[in-house]
Amino acid sequence: MFRRLPDIAGDRVSFTIDGRPAEARSGDNVAAALLANGIAACRNTPVSGAPRGPYCMMGVCFDCLVTIDGTGNRQGCQVRVTPGMAVETQDGKREVER
Amino acid sequence: MTAPGTPLGAPDVIVIGGGLHGCSTALHLALRGVRALVLEKDHVGRHASGVNAGGVRQLGRHTAELPLTVAAMALWRRIGDLVDDDCGFESHGQIKVAETEGELAGAEARAAELRALGFQHEEVIGQAELRDLVPAIADHCVGALISRGDGAAIPFRTTFAFRRKAQALGVRFQEGATVARVTRSGGVWSVETTDGDRHAAPILVNCAGAWADRVAAQLGERAPLEVIAPMLMITARVPPFIKPVVGACGRTLSFKQFPNGTVLIGGGLLGRAVRDENRTELDFSQVSVNARTVWDLFPVMRGATIVRSWAGIEARMPDQIPVIGPSATQPDVFHAFGFSAHGFQLGPIVGRIIADLIATGRSDLPIAPFHIGRFAA
Amino acid sequence: MSAADFDLAVIGSGPAGLAAAALAASRGLSTVLLDEQPEAGGQIYRAITDTPVRDRRVLGPDYWRGAELLGPLRDSGAVHWPGSTVWSVARPRDEDAAAAAGTSERTLQIGLSRDGAASMLTVRHVLMATGALERPFPIPGWTLPGVLGAGAAQILLKTSGLAPSGRVALAGTGPLLWLLAWQYLRAGVALDVILDTTPRANWRAALPLLPGFLRSPYLGKGAKLLLDVRRKVKVVDNVTALRAVGEGQLAAVVYRRGDEEERSLAADTLLLHHGVVPNLNLANATGCAQQWDEGQRCWRPTTDDWGATSVEGVSLAGDGAGIGGAVAAEQAGRIAALDILRRLGRIDRAERDAAAIPHREGLERALRGRAFLDTLYRPSAAFRVPADDTIVCRCEEITAGAVREAVRLGCSGPNQAKSFLRCGMGPCQGRLCGPTVTEVIAAERGVSPAEVGYYRLRPPVKPITLAELAALPKTEADVNAVQKH
Repeated sequence: MFRRLPDIAGDRVSFTIDGRPAEARSGDNVAAALLANGIAACRNTPVSGAPRGPYCMMGVCFDCLVTIDGTGNRQGCQVRVTPGMAVETQDGKREVER
Repeated sequence: MTAPGTPLGAPDVIVIGGGLHGCSTALHLALRGVRALVLEKDHVGRHASGVNAGGVRQLGRHTAELPLTVAAMALWRRIGDLVDDDCGFESHGQIKVAETEGELAGAEARAAELRALGFQHEEVIGQAELRDLVPAIADHCVGALISRGDGAAIPFRTTFAFRRKAQALGVRFQEGATVARVTRSGGVWSVETTDGDRHAAPILVNCAGAWADRVAAQLGERAPLEVIAPMLMITARVPPFIKPVVGACGRTLSFKQFPNGTVLIGGGLLGRAVRDENRTELDFSQVSVNARTVWDLFPVMRGATIVRSWAGIEARMPDQIPVIGPSATQPDVFHAFGFSAHGFQLGPIVGRIIADLIATGRSDLPIAPFHIGRFAA
Repeated sequence: MSAADFDLAVIGSGPAGLAAAALAASRGLSTVLLDEQPEAGGQIYRAITDTPVRDRRVLGPDYWRGAELLGPLRDSGAVHWPGSTVWSVARPRDEDAAAAAGTSERTLQIGLSRDGAASMLTVRHVLMATGALERPFPIPGWTLPGVLGAGAAQILLKTSGLAPSGRVALAGTGPLLWLLAWQYLRAGVALDVILDTTPRANWRAALPLLPGFLRSPYLGKGAKLLLDVRRKVKVVDNVTALRAVGEGQLAAVVYRRGDEEERSLAADTLLLHHGVVPNLNLANATGCAQQWDEGQRCWRPTTDDWGATSVEGVSLAGDGAGIGGAVAAEQAGRIAALDILRRLGRIDRAERDAAAIPHREGLERALRGRAFLDTLYRPSAAFRVPADDTIVCRCEEITAGAVREAVRLGCSGPNQAKSFLRCGMGPCQGRLCGPTVTEVIAAERGVSPAEVGYYRLRPPVKPITLAELAALPKTEADVNAVQKH
């Protein structure tokens, strides 16, 4: 699990994870915000259903895919959290129309 | 007949080109007890055979190809019997949607033309049945031409399966063997590769795809092929939502979902082939055209993610139909190339045709329209 | 009149890209600096403009050095477009005809996505400064949530001031692993253990290279950092086997020291690292020739002394062309920029050569000791070429055993394995499996990785939505091409 160090700058940002209220800091990307909120697994793979979480944090591994404001398969580590953002963890293949 | 798995002595036939047609020819030869050696300049299935859209399609074929495509389909239905692998073949039909009444009328005319020729596999369906078969299709589509027995397979796996079965029956494959020179003396063909190896056999088969004109040139034969690079793109996995392969009457499209959920989008828009470097360059203005077609026909796909795109190198003949049959200038030489971006489905039957020609001197299928002599200067 | 939007596009805003863009623009090239991240810095200087970590001692002076690159960029007049994902670099379709008619200069087209919209940018030259990514570390269980790259953990620290809590294990080898441990200690983060996988034999192999390292600027800092960490954290040396275990989440790390019995340690977070490799996907997909680097045990795009690749109009600088570190990357960026100025007719050869002298000296200084580090920290075969049950392709969940089976069936290289197994076909496009698949196939066939080759990659090198593609601006030529069908 990851925790915020003391003496860290940034304003609090409210968003939701699977509909539940959560808090991030301005500047956090979605993957970081999930980890800071105790969520290590953000999706199940479409191949075997195994849980996965952020691995590379630099946009190359595609393991932190989540649904953000209704759009699926977004790389959580590449998108900054904004106030009111709705983040959903993904179960397998995302819906085709999302 | 030579015992399976015992590649002894010199081959009876040298097949140039380890694509699907070369592998199929070698396999059918082996099934007749004829020993084949396949020379492949890269690796088996490296170009069009391994990277095409995998359509197993009778729909929309040139009338000259109809007897062949129907015979091929019979082999596809029992493909596991032939190559010990189902090749990922699934049959859920192929459809060409009509977006206007005019296109639908064209589809009616086409189906009638085929019926008049004695072929029943293409029929027209109306909007209601189209919706049933393809619920995701855009509202404006008014009907479609359908071939219900068609389907799709997995190209590399298919080519690989033909190769493995052929190998199990004693066919030798030499990969990385680029043909430099073909000569004939004393009734034997001699093939020299760029690294200096020599192979000899009484009979030669040219299955060299986009490079087949160079082999033909060695034989003094004109093969005015155009080297093309049809492009494909594929999406991330999405839940299954479509079974048939879908094309369009008025636009370039091939659209299908694999069992694993990925959606393949192609149809023949062209990138740039750099044949001497084994390389293709994609043309995103054309990929974009393809994407717009999908946008129009499958609104549910608008948010889909494209994860890869690619192009394969292949040969297109001026009249859009392949060269299949004996050489017009040389004895004991046979050609099978120039499938003009629709050769995959024909693979199983073309190998049989060439093997029949070699083993018996004739084919029970009408191959005259495909004779290379049609291009003689 | 030029048809180009910019003379030069620099892709990647790490040290190489920042230095190159600043130099090129300050000498008059219209320059755009493109980067996927929201702020400049690349990974090494990630969040350099806005890190929330207030205490400058935590990230250390080598990190803060990156801030010095920002002023020159601002002053240079280069246009900076952060948040731009480049997914393609290619020659425009109509260029052959135009060039033949003598009506057009050579250009390159960059496909990029920005703010959810795709567009094509036409430039005269491209400098790829795509940096490095962590070498894949395929151990059993490396896909479990709770297992991350050490580089990933460092990014979390830089961008968000986040650090692992609970039981934390670091495992692997290489400077970044020790630097991260040092940064954590500075930040007051407790580490349970460092499992050092540096093979014993590496010391023997590296010894002859020690003189170079003794002249290296790393020596003093590196030694002090290592001692600091070793004093405060339990370090298990000579770790020869490693796996992560847990049901749906990391629970424990099982390791073997030398040939002793396996031991298990409860763990909430495991941070893996055994070096970095060039991030070559864009160069590969653009058609740049690449070569196997035996010393660094990785593929890298082939470049000349000035960073020019085999593709006309495409240069490469920094770790993306071979691992040299941040300071070397900065100098290589300037050297490449000078050559681009020459190629675009702004300076002549003599001026380029003269201007490059101090940067070449700086580069040489920065690379001293690199061979020693490469040799000392080369991961052992056991961690590069995993056992059969280990997943190598995370996207398609393909194991090393499946790759070996494909080799036995006749797949002789990564591209056949890809077609046959789908390994490398997922969204990461082989970034997390390519090096491993090459090595597994090479080992299985008993030939060198150079002979086995690497994936042929294709654009888009990052996924793009169908909507973005469909909305790409249409040209006259496209309309005609469609009507022909």
